[in-house]
Amino acid sequence: MDITRFIPTNRKLLLVGLLILIIFLTTFPLYSKEYYIRLMAIIFMYIVLAVSWAMFSGPTGYMSLAPAAFFGVGVYTAALLYQLKGPLLPLPAVIVVGSLASFMLAFLTGLVTLRLKGIYFAIFTFGLVVFLKELINYLEITVSKVGGRHISYVSNTTVFYILLGICVATLLTAYFIRRSRLGLAMQSIGGNEEAAAHMGVNTTRVKILTFAISAVFMGAAGATTAPRLVYVDPGLAFNVTYSFIPILMAVFGGMGTLYGPVIGAAVFAYTEIRLRQQYPYYYMLTWGIILIIIIFFLPAGLAGLIPKLRDRLGGPISKLWKGGKAEEHAHT
Amino acid sequence: MHILEGHGVTKLFGGLAAVSNVDFHVDQGEIVGQIGPNGAGKTTLFNLISAALPFSSGEIRFKGQKLNGLKPNQICQKGVARTFQQTKIFADMPVFQNVLVGAMFGTPTRISAADANREASQKLEFVGLSAMSATLVKDLTLVNQKRVEVARALATKPELLLLDELMAGLNPAEVSEAMELVRKIRDEGITIFMVEHVMKAIMGICGRVMVLHHGEKIAEGTPQEISCNKQVIEIYLGEEAHAGS
Repeated sequence: MDITRFIPTNRKLLLVGLLILIIFLTTFPLYSKEYYIRLMAIIFMYIVLAVSWAMFSGPTGYMSLAPAAFFGVGVYTAALLYQLKGPLLPLPAVIVVGSLASFMLAFLTGLVTLRLKGIYFAIFTFGLVVFLKELINYLEITVSKVGGRHISYVSNTTVFYILLGICVATLLTAYFIRRSRLGLAMQSIGGNEEAAAHMGVNTTRVKILTFAISAVFMGAAGATTAPRLVYVDPGLAFNVTYSFIPILMAVFGGMGTLYGPVIGAAVFAYTEIRLRQQYPYYYMLTWGIILIIIIFFLPAGLAGLIPKLRDRLGGPISKLWKGGKAEEHAHT
Repeated sequence: MHILEGHGVTKLFGGLAAVSNVDFHVDQGEIVGQIGPNGAGKTTLFNLISAALPFSSGEIRFKGQKLNGLKPNQICQKGVARTFQQTKIFADMPVFQNVLVGAMFGTPTRISAADANREASQKLEFVGLSAMSATLVKDLTLVNQKRVEVARALATKPELLLLDELMAGLNPAEVSEAMELVRKIRDEGITIFMVEHVMKAIMGICGRVMVLHHGEKIAEGTPQEISCNKQVIEIYLGEEAHAGS
């Protein structure tokens, strides 16, 4: 028997699969334990961060280390506007404000820094995270005279659904950007920025716009996740690991595709959390080894496994797959 | 009519004048060649026209409009396209997408996706690469990569095309094909300004040639006049003969 028959190659099967996944995810909190609802929410948060990072940095090749800054702006917006002693705004409004604040910050940093190339851009965006942490810390101590802030309670189920919504919005945006003029422009910038400019691409505008769009989702994820942290101070909000983990996830999953960072974030977050619980002392060691193996043997990430498997598993289907892909290129 | 003209065009790199007080013009429908020894400032002049580099002084006009201070993407949308001496392709993208970038962004008015697709496939056919539209550009030979660059530039619907050493690195058969292509482009009504070291190509297709040396224009005229010019022979052609090419 040919097992390749069970690998979905056509659109209908894929759609049915997506539908089942959506039904499964939307009903998930109805029959699951709190623990798993929280686990899933964390996975969603990382998917949002990884996908929105890859949305900009994947095609353009600009290695942004700023996710923690945009995420932190979201977290801190919630810390200011959704405090335990009395929320100033309802949660959805807080999330909107957090996203807009991230957008503005990304837009302004984009204006200043996107002329920096390569490693300089990476260093600047890294510096941004540290700078914001220190700045807000200073302001809190000297002006508002508090060390940290307690955030109002939000149920795990609410956080789950909001993050699921943000996750879907991020994926849809990433999907449409990939297929749009903007996506082509970003790819050309990654391919050769000088040539892109000479072909009429307004490289500055494309870079700033997409950098700012990607920050919206990071900010939204931050504002939604903040209540789960209960207590927030600048060091917790602007934690550089929120920059590195999403990047690792995207690379681990594979940046060439839309689903790569999703798979990467899901697998990475799940195994990391489980390993940490099972082997609190050895999990980093085990985890490091797994990462090295993946990056060594699968340079295209986990997503690189899929075409490989197809090729391995049978001639006719893999031909169909390649033929379909070539056609896709010819039509776009 | 002068489609492109420059007056006192100067570019200083520190104290060094890469292009020094050069006056030039290109007429509508012409094929103008630019020759000169390495480091003469030929590519720098192209970089000034296409705004890859800012001027130190002087001005360049395209169809009577000043180009000073514009960005490369604006120059392209005004109708000046270029190729590069060292091919600057989008290596990881398929041939078709490379050309599509030009078609999609190169015109001043927004073009629909369907029109851009049509434009891109037309230009691929024009340069003879239709069969390879799905191939990644990095997998092509040098001559085909250069063809992609030409198709990509043509897809921006230019009135003036700057070709920077299109023939460099090509074998004699490929040079003849490339010359044919350049003529074909001119016949489409596109004016051509080209930098070239392959004298056969310059002599064969250019109506007029200008010679740069140390950033200065030392001669200008028909290919015949240039090939008889003593100073040019001394500085450039003679040197080439010694080099055995």
